[in-house]
Amino acid sequence: MVQKTLAGKNVEVNDEGYMTTPSEWSRDIATALATEIGITLTDKHWEVLEYLRKSFNEGVALSLRKVGNSGIVDIKGLYSLFPGGPLKKSALIAGIPKPASCV
Amino acid sequence: MKKLVILGAGSAGTMMANHLNKKLDKAEWSITIIDEYESHYYQPGFLFIPFGIYKAKDVVRSKHDFIPKGVEFILKRVKTIAAESNTITLASGETLPYDLLIIATGAKINPAETAGLDEGWYKDIFDFYTLEGAKALYERLKTWTGGKMVVHITELPIKCPVAPLEFSFLADSWLRKKGLRDKTELIYVTPLSGAFTKPTSSKALGYLLEEKGIKLVTDFGVMQVDAEKKKLISYDEIEVDYDLLVTIPTNMGDRMIEESGLGDDLNYVATDKNTLQSKAYPNVFVIGDATNIPASKAGSVAHFEAEILTENILLFLEGKPLKPDFDGHANCFIESGNGKALLIDFNYDVEPVFGTFPFPIIGPMQLLRESRLNHIGKMVFKWIYWNMLLRAIPIPLITAKMSRMGKKIK
Ligand SMILES: Cc1cc2nc3c(=O)[nH]c(=O)nc-3n(C[C@H](O)[C@H](O)[C@H](O)COP(=O)(O)OP(=O)(O)OC[C@H]3O[C@@H](n4cnc5c(N)ncnc54)[C@H](O)[C@@H]3O)c2cc1C
Repeated sequence: MVQKTLAGKNVEVNDEGYMTTPSEWSRDIATALATEIGITLTDKHWEVLEYLRKSFNEGVALSLRKVGNSGIVDIKGLYSLFPGGPLKKSALIAGIPKPASCV
Repeated sequence: MKKLVILGAGSAGTMMANHLNKKLDKAEWSITIIDEYESHYYQPGFLFIPFGIYKAKDVVRSKHDFIPKGVEFILKRVKTIAAESNTITLASGETLPYDLLIIATGAKINPAETAGLDEGWYKDIFDFYTLEGAKALYERLKTWTGGKMVVHITELPIKCPVAPLEFSFLADSWLRKKGLRDKTELIYVTPLSGAFTKPTSSKALGYLLEEKGIKLVTDFGVMQVDAEKKKLISYDEIEVDYDLLVTIPTNMGDRMIEESGLGDDLNYVATDKNTLQSKAYPNVFVIGDATNIPASKAGSVAHFEAEILTENILLFLEGKPLKPDFDGHANCFIESGNGKALLIDFNYDVEPVFGTFPFPIIGPMQLLRESRLNHIGKMVFKWIYWNMLLRAIPIPLITAKMSRMGKKIK
């Protein structure tokens, strides 16, 4: 774990830069995290991020299929919002853990 | 007489039938288990079939051999569950009432979820998650002379999440033995951000892919397969060519779950991750691959769940509060090729770490390190499965709740 200053706040992140305390997240922090990986957040991005945080709080595992079925954006659209790795990037910005396997 | 009904006589259902047969008062309760197929498959063994290490006879037995006397076995398909009225309907049209229901209908591959897969199915595209697929792949590998061999995960969750990695490692060993490794490009394609995604495992095991020369394609969300041009195509239009595609298609719960209105978008039943009670109906419990809980879909998980679910069902019948004791414990051997394997032991909160198992320091099993002893463990697991796990005979020293002993937890 390391401390990192984002939007003027000290937050804890893991080795890969994912926030370890989801409750420390704020919209300003999200904007700062997005900027670091070259993404400018639009309204569509925010809708996805809010959906992810809500799902996370309900204990639902993050998957392309779930986001695709959310009615917010289809999977192709998600790839254009978060190019290269939509789940790992959207999770990073949403301040929730990266989708992972058991190893 | 009250009725307890178990749907599915695979790993989890069979374990529950054996546990409950010993524990329930037979003057008060009858136990019925229902499955549509007569054959019981040792699914972990499917991994070895394409390489000729196991034959079909190693992995198939009759379900009748494992269901105890005193439990009624109905060999029919379950069509729907009407949980509001505590009844199930069979495909043959009969309706059965229940007082307590256990859903253990597992998960299976569904190739139809990916456009184009069916066109190359069992021609250049194979699975090893079914006996049929593993046998067809064995036949295909006999005529393999080299080219691009792609091992691919469509989406998660899948049964035994490490099986595709194990397949890749075994394929590497097999190709070397056949003198075909130089002529074969081995490529691992995953929707995740890496082959290993947990911090300790990534650091400890990343070398395996490099050492074996397995190429890695990550963050790959497959949109369709072009079976004619032999390409996987992703949502962001990246293409991966193959000569042989070994894919893990989307895994889903049985469609009966969907038709009963009990499933999520992959037909998994909403289940309390600590008590294994269904979230919608108190007298319905769910175990094994059929649940939506964030534990691995593995036989070892079903075994640990079965011990805790048995206790919880007895508490439920006495009207007492359930114990939130299931901690997501999984214990899995990972074949790493060349006669070696790894062992991981983890739960919801503790990722796979270094250490020894089951005892501190003396082990004898090493966690997260390759060893021949772990490989022997993996091979002995078949015997343990048929003779102990299914019959609900406890395995000495291995507890349902994960032990922290011997583990290097940060
Ligand atoms: C290739 C592979 C490798 C694996 N390796 C390992 C490993 O190394 N270690 C490990 O621990 N686990 C491993 N697993 C996972 C393990 O096999 C499963 O997690 C385990 O079998 C799950 O048990 P289950 O009872 O939930 O489902 P299953 O054993 O699949 O049983 C489900 C049963 O329900 C029946 N059924 C379904 N729907 C209906 C219906 N509508 N009506 C009637 N019957 C129905 C089916 O016929 C089946 O018999 C592996 C799996 C695969 C595919």
